[in-house]
Amino acid sequence: MGLNGAIHSDPFRRRNRFLTFVATGLLVFLLYIAHTFGTEYEIRILINCAIFIAMAVSYNFINGVTGQFSLAPNAFAAIGAYTSALLTMSPMEKQLSFIIEPIVWPLSVIHTPFLVSLIIAGMVAAFMGFLMGFPVFRVRGDYLAIVTLGFGEVVRVIANNTQSITNGPLGLKGIAHHTNLAWSWGFAIATIFFINRLIRSSYGLALKAIRYDESAAEAVGIDTFWHKMFAFIVSAFFGGIGGGLLAHLITTISPNLFTFFLTFNLLIIIVLGGLGSTTGSVIAAFVVTIGSELLRFFEEPIFIGGLHIPGIPGMRMVIFSLLLVLLMIFARQGLMGTREFSWNRAIDLMTAFRRYWESKK
Amino acid sequence: MKAKKVITAFVILAFLAALTVVLCCSKASDTVKIGVFLPMTGGVASYGQMEWAGIKTANELKPTVLGKKVELFLVDEKSDKIEAANAVSRLIKKEKVVAIIGTATSGNTMAGASIAEEAKVPIISPTATDPRVTQNRKYIFRVCFIDPFQGAVAAKYAFESLKARRAALLIDQAQDYCVDLANFFKQDFVKMGGSIVSSTFCQSGDQDFTAQLSAIKASKPDILYLPNYYTEDALVCKQAAELGVKVPILSADGAQAPELISIGGKSVEGFMFTGHFAKEGATTALAKQYIQSYESKNKTDASGFDALGADAYFVLIDAIERAKSTEGPKIREALASTKNFAGVSGVLSIGEDGNAKKGMVMLHVKDGKFRYLTTINP
Amino acid sequence: MIIDTSAFIQQLINGVSLGCLYGLIAIGYTMVYGILRLINFAHGDVMMVGCYFAFYGMLLFTLPWWASFLMAILLTALLGVLIDRGAYRPVRNAPRISALITAIGISFLLENLGLVLFGGRPKAFYRPEIFSGIHVFGEVRVLDLHVWTALLTLLIFILIYQIIYKTRIGRAMRCIAHDMETTRLMGVDLNRIIAFTFAIGSAAAAAGGIMWAMRYPQINPLMGILPGLKAFVAAVLGGIGNVRGAMLGGLLLGLIEILLVAARPDMAGYRDALAFGILILILLFRPTGLMGERLPE
Repeated sequence: MGLNGAIHSDPFRRRNRFLTFVATGLLVFLLYIAHTFGTEYEIRILINCAIFIAMAVSYNFINGVTGQFSLAPNAFAAIGAYTSALLTMSPMEKQLSFIIEPIVWPLSVIHTPFLVSLIIAGMVAAFMGFLMGFPVFRVRGDYLAIVTLGFGEVVRVIANNTQSITNGPLGLKGIAHHTNLAWSWGFAIATIFFINRLIRSSYGLALKAIRYDESAAEAVGIDTFWHKMFAFIVSAFFGGIGGGLLAHLITTISPNLFTFFLTFNLLIIIVLGGLGSTTGSVIAAFVVTIGSELLRFFEEPIFIGGLHIPGIPGMRMVIFSLLLVLLMIFARQGLMGTREFSWNRAIDLMTAFRRYWESKK
Repeated sequence: MKAKKVITAFVILAFLAALTVVLCCSKASDTVKIGVFLPMTGGVASYGQMEWAGIKTANELKPTVLGKKVELFLVDEKSDKIEAANAVSRLIKKEKVVAIIGTATSGNTMAGASIAEEAKVPIISPTATDPRVTQNRKYIFRVCFIDPFQGAVAAKYAFESLKARRAALLIDQAQDYCVDLANFFKQDFVKMGGSIVSSTFCQSGDQDFTAQLSAIKASKPDILYLPNYYTEDALVCKQAAELGVKVPILSADGAQAPELISIGGKSVEGFMFTGHFAKEGATTALAKQYIQSYESKNKTDASGFDALGADAYFVLIDAIERAKSTEGPKIREALASTKNFAGVSGVLSIGEDGNAKKGMVMLHVKDGKFRYLTTINP
Repeated sequence: MIIDTSAFIQQLINGVSLGCLYGLIAIGYTMVYGILRLINFAHGDVMMVGCYFAFYGMLLFTLPWWASFLMAILLTALLGVLIDRGAYRPVRNAPRISALITAIGISFLLENLGLVLFGGRPKAFYRPEIFSGIHVFGEVRVLDLHVWTALLTLLIFILIYQIIYKTRIGRAMRCIAHDMETTRLMGVDLNRIIAFTFAIGSAAAAAGGIMWAMRYPQINPLMGILPGLKAFVAAVLGGIGNVRGAMLGGLLLGLIEILLVAARPDMAGYRDALAFGILILILLFRPTGLMGERLPE
């Protein structure tokens, strides 16, 4: 089974590839501008966007494309975060942090550079996904959701209780602030590229078949278990790296950081974008991350001398939950449905628009 | 199909609207901007709300500094570390504050500390008691005591005043504050000659402590050290009473919230804890002024968290006045040389290490109110 | 580890008491799942709202506690019906994932509305005098609450059981659970029956919630999450779709949870994960649960 090439032959493939290249270059340029002229606050938001884009795209891969409703991304993020943090902290720092119970060997002596720690984080998360897959894929639908949710909770509890590995509730502090625009956006672009490739390959077709009708897919000869497992592991891998990047952004992590709330955020993003559409996830990640910051404005009171504009704390989440419910009732397809962005369609659209414009003259 | 278009349009419009509002509402004024980040929602919202009430009262008593009005910016860190870091980032980069007051819990203060340290903006925390908050940092300060002191005082009080020799511990494992404090207590208590007869754990959010309490009852302790937040403390006391666990209970500053009494009811009578402030023990003129102002506005007794919120504000304003400038490094210097400032919670001095040298009060619950027991000086 | 008989009996009593509460909430889950094949994620939060109804009934309207509790139960039943009508019915014919996502959305909505309206600080729930006595038998202490919880749970359970197995509407519910399409073709008004199911389930949850709030007398908007999830596990443990199973599962889960923490206090931190551990084991080895209904697709 090959991962090369699109399934359908596309006469405009060379042109499209060139356009993608140019677009990526444009993005890099824009990021450079942000890096040079943007305030740290804006950069932080952009980094958050990138990490959530990557995590949403990989979450969409298992939920939207394969149709397996997992509620476990927070578990993988947690595993990835702790793994990469433990690897990049120097033995000295670890000793300082673990004041109640000393850290267990060999974790006490391992010290790796950032990139290596991220890759290992992804692999450990993927491995956990592999182990989880066996009980998880024994069930379907709602049960799968609850079981994955349960695993998320179990991971949190284990992180809280294994003092000698994770430092328990004390968490890890003083993690190096490695994550910057380059790392986060590099990761986001890599994730989008890789997942997109997967979706357009024959693997992707099989996964979509499973989403559409699992029993039929099984009947046609697709090994549904291993395909679902594959999607789950891939999703876990990228989720884990995302967690590692988050850890090196916030520089202090604890078990309470990776709760169902993180999953809920990702869920809103992929539903808003359209379950099954990578493009949708990217757009929605932007909207939700930035929207989240903007909505903050309504939550905070401003107190100056005599004037007091009260805020309503918590409105942000109410709005998001309401949005999710309304989406499901009225616009289940989200922004993009299952469609993806394609240069062909975009150019067709622009050409049609230009022709229309000219015909009006 | 139509619904989707409507939703898309709505999302885009809302987006643009919010963007415009935010961009247009930048205030340009001749004020001194001070940021505040506190948990106004979330698990420890009680502390944040109380501290904010204290800060507001202090602001009314001293609304200007260096001849300019003080402008306070409050950001809710939602009892969450990521939000705390974002809050500090926002205050510094977007609102461009000259100093920050916050936050209530040590973990969240640490989350924002490195950002402030890098930007050379001083943070002064009302109640972050973990020693690591100010360690190896130049721009982070606090107006409260630190946990090693708190644990030691508790151990000493238990051993000498209560004559306890056998201590049981019930520790909230989910909070580093609780775990650390229990550790400090244990070290000192054992050093003095006592013994820990039972060590059980719980988690924030737990409601049922009957199993742990049964184990504690069986170990026959002289005292139960319960260094947790008020929510768990209240329930533990109630269930202890139900199970017939008749042991004096000693706790820490996290217990001083009105919910402890409203939820615990009769079962918290006699509950003792090390704390920041008790109005009967107030000695300074500022304290009396504050108590009057606070109580007339808030219809409730002035208590530990709000008093320290006020102290953080007063100390900061005093430092800015002494520095005669709103530049970070200069405020920092002034803060690090605070000598014998007569604050609401007592007379305190802050040194290069960022920590406040001051006394601690022991409080207990009597007749349904927090009452002063005694003061202990370092 | 020495097993102290009186301590053991005490823990048994605690476990049964907790189990009754889980069972009451589990009934709601199992009924809705049996009929709609929907895990009502918001069920735990409905319980939370019930507690707040009771709380404010006493606080704002100064109703005597029994009137407030009754009103709360009725209002919560109404809430359940409203949620079904407003959020779940529109997605009835959509892929099941949509309904699940909607349920998650409603759950979060209730929690966050609660945070905004009621504030995140816990409030003290009133425990009426009649429930406040303690009976001491040597080392074992039995709370009045323990006794009342068990009695009321039994009462409610019998009531619901009678409704399901001895009334026409109950028969309709069972038919829908068995085969929705055919039942509809036979002329049964599905929507009405489903609404009724939600009403009963939510009322049971409210009752359980109120007793929970009396036992652990502090309420906050997030209080429903964990009990809700554990009650779901209890329903699966007993056999989802089966009301007797829900009760049994609830009792078992309550007992196991309390006994685990009693036997190994150092493992107390794992008590919440225990429920999920049980869930995973059940789904692996006996997916139909203890009282076994078939695990539907």
